[in-house]
Amino acid sequence: MMLDWLPPTLIGVLLVIAAIGAVRRMNLWRAGQAEKVDALAGLLAMPKRYLHDLHHVVERDKYMSRTHVATGGGFVLAMVLVVFVHLFGIDSKVLAWALLAALVMMFCGALFVYKRRMNPPSRLSKGPWMRLPKSLLTFSITFFVLTLPAAGLPIVGKLPEGFGGWLLTLVLSVLILMSLSEMLFGMTWGGPMKHAFAGALHLAFHRRPERFDGGRSTGLKPAVLGEASHGVAKPIDFKWNQLLGFDACVQCGRCEAVCPAFAAGQPLNPKKLIQDMVVGFAGGTDEKYAGSPYPNIEVGNAKGAPNQIITDGLIHPDTLWSCTTCRACVEECPMMIEHVDAIVDMRRFLTLEKGDTPNKGAQVLENIIATDNPNGYAPASRTHWAADQNLNLMKDVRQADVLFWVSDGAFDMRSQRILRAFVKLMKAANVDVAILGDEELDSGDVARRLGDDATFQSLAKRNLATLSKYQFNKIVTTDPHAFHCLKNEYGDFGSDGLLSISGESVVVLHHTTFLNQLVKDGRLQLDTFKGGKVTYHDPCYLGRYNGEYEAPRELLATLGIDVAEMERSGYRSRCCGGGGGAPITDIPGERRIADMRMEDVVSTGAELVAVGCQQCTAMLEGVVEPRPVVKDIAEILAGQLIEEKH
Amino acid sequence: MQPNINVVSLVSVGRHPQSGRARRAEQDGQAVELGLKLAGKALTVVHAGNAQEPVLRQYAGMGLPSLTVLAQESNCDALPVLVSFLKDKPIDVVLTGVRAESGESSGMLPYLLAEQLGWSLVPRVADIIGVQGDEVELLLALPRGQRRAVKVKLPIIASVDNAAQEARQTAFGPGLRAQFNVLTVESVVDESASRWQINAAKPRPKRLKVVKAKTAADRMKAATAKPMGSGGKIMKDETAAEKAQAIFDLLLEEKVVR
Repeated sequence: MMLDWLPPTLIGVLLVIAAIGAVRRMNLWRAGQAEKVDALAGLLAMPKRYLHDLHHVVERDKYMSRTHVATGGGFVLAMVLVVFVHLFGIDSKVLAWALLAALVMMFCGALFVYKRRMNPPSRLSKGPWMRLPKSLLTFSITFFVLTLPAAGLPIVGKLPEGFGGWLLTLVLSVLILMSLSEMLFGMTWGGPMKHAFAGALHLAFHRRPERFDGGRSTGLKPAVLGEASHGVAKPIDFKWNQLLGFDACVQCGRCEAVCPAFAAGQPLNPKKLIQDMVVGFAGGTDEKYAGSPYPNIEVGNAKGAPNQIITDGLIHPDTLWSCTTCRACVEECPMMIEHVDAIVDMRRFLTLEKGDTPNKGAQVLENIIATDNPNGYAPASRTHWAADQNLNLMKDVRQADVLFWVSDGAFDMRSQRILRAFVKLMKAANVDVAILGDEELDSGDVARRLGDDATFQSLAKRNLATLSKYQFNKIVTTDPHAFHCLKNEYGDFGSDGLLSISGESVVVLHHTTFLNQLVKDGRLQLDTFKGGKVTYHDPCYLGRYNGEYEAPRELLATLGIDVAEMERSGYRSRCCGGGGGAPITDIPGERRIADMRMEDVVSTGAELVAVGCQQCTAMLEGVVEPRPVVKDIAEILAGQLIEEKH
Repeated sequence: MQPNINVVSLVSVGRHPQSGRARRAEQDGQAVELGLKLAGKALTVVHAGNAQEPVLRQYAGMGLPSLTVLAQESNCDALPVLVSFLKDKPIDVVLTGVRAESGESSGMLPYLLAEQLGWSLVPRVADIIGVQGDEVELLLALPRGQRRAVKVKLPIIASVDNAAQEARQTAFGPGLRAQFNVLTVESVVDESASRWQINAAKPRPKRLKVVKAKTAADRMKAATAKPMGSGGKIMKDETAAEKAQAIFDLLLEEKVVR
């Protein structure tokens, strides 16, 4: 046959072009800042990370996970075999049959991809992504036909001689060119298949390798202070593996579907944000973006370049300030991209370098700096709430079993009711507890989420200096935000140095976890709850940030409450809108996040919504009545406490 | 921004009313803000005191490339060093707060400076509209949001009222990187002040409000009723001509009709 050389040549040429694209793409990532990764361990762990951790996330959508296993698995296997069979021309019937099997598997998967693309949900990007199932089908069919002779199939395997064979080879070659352009050229030159190439490397060089194997890594990385600039101003200010992470996005829009700010019509869409980051480090405009826009912002006007300041033309600062840092997008992302890290990195630049925190942001930060609390109250009035509580102060007792971290709820009358309820429970259980009193400072949560890492670090160091003066076994707090800071973020400033009375490291607990232990130890006598239907709202900083979904539910169960779960609960809980300084920066939207959450509550028919966070309490109680009653779990428990009569 | 005018903002170390901690003084921050509006990066910001004071970084964080410090001890008088710094310099506008948040807080500094330098003093400025030739047009802040436009010959010393544009947010990075020009000056120890004994001021007890109203409706009325005006008169039985005359007289008196 005259054109036998054509298919292998095409495959070879496209592989070379793909390799050139890969090098070019890697250079784009390498423009980012240095970040140490364990490259070898990462690469070795990559298959497991893909098959186990990533698949675990994809598995939440059963249809898609099976489709992807068939398509992706089939393609990878087929591509490897194609190289052996068609490029190197290894004449082996076993390989050929294996290749045929892989292609059939891929074909079946691709059919389901095609089916889903017939009427795609709004969260999916369109544009080139609509072409992908066709390319997948073309690839599998073309190579199936091409492999038949190698498999030695008697009838179909015989190519007609002469002009017929010549024509067939030509047609096949065109199809090879079409499908391989998508699969190989597109993989490294920015087509939809890019996700496979960048995604695999992203898994290997992930910035938070602790997240794999069921681990959790949610604390923000500390900003380096005192350099020529702070935070991320330009795309190249990101770490190189963050840039790689952005490139891994498959534009599946799961983040968009769970984002509370997007649902509220605020100008944020996590998927678009990540795509804008790609536009930033690769250069160009967002014209080709084919997904949902930021609400009420037209697509096509954003321009970016690796060296251009992101908020000058690529992203409006309001997009960054709309985020509540609820981590729903990160939790949902099948590629394990870290949206929140990127957003806070860019906020750091706006706050620390430009001094441009919107609305009340500047005032709140100034208050935190001058009074160690966000509302500028007199620091000497921090313990006024406990005037009638007869609580020990650490500076008097020097040591206690439990250090109760009161948090800034001390200044807020609604939160004080939660604090008192918790104290009542601890007293009933005879807990050896003490508070820091006026020595306690703001945990730094708000300052950090608003991008002011300098103030956060100062607070963290000063709080740790205070804590290290005393001895205690546990820190317990009713505020999940303070809980997260103390547990996950103070570690970078030496919280590991805190030792308990017995010399072990101090544990930090949320009050629901601690109360659950007390109940299990039989130290609290509780009556059955006789109110109506109850639902439970998972605070983001307790659930997604710290994985505590069970203790609050077990506590409610001990009261005989059968929680009427909301559709979005547990790891999919919808934010109340109160995190990340969002109530302070207050970016306008079409709806309020808290209202949407309250609609979730109402749809369960519950009369009472149990929460485990003062911020959630404030946000949900801010919804206009009539609405279900909002109570912290400590309050509900305190109401059912059977007190010993003396 | 105004071309070619030399603006100096004087800043002091403030004191937070709740925590008592050092901070960027509110009015001084506004003086810097107004100075930045007038002169941009060419603004000179001067502090007489300790160059190591961290609060100065908060002023610098407003976007000042540099800050001038007349280094002296805390027991020294700021006035003489400021006078000798400002004297003989081609300065058009000096901006200060109305009064400091710490120290004597007498509010006398702008007056004494104006007296010793022989410049005009403009108290409680809300905004500076612009400079024409050797005259500056400014808005004075009067009670209840009223403004008075005045024109004053340069150079001037102006104290900035709370009604002026709020100070912009201070940013950590630029504050950290700002250059401090520390000048050694011949400072004068404030002898009389060193002999004073300083006590914390106690707020005066408030007179208890005795509620005379018996019913809720009365209390409501007391809380919402407008204060009755003392002037004016009621004319019911007079003729139309007399009533018209009274209205005309009033309009003349209030200068509505001239």
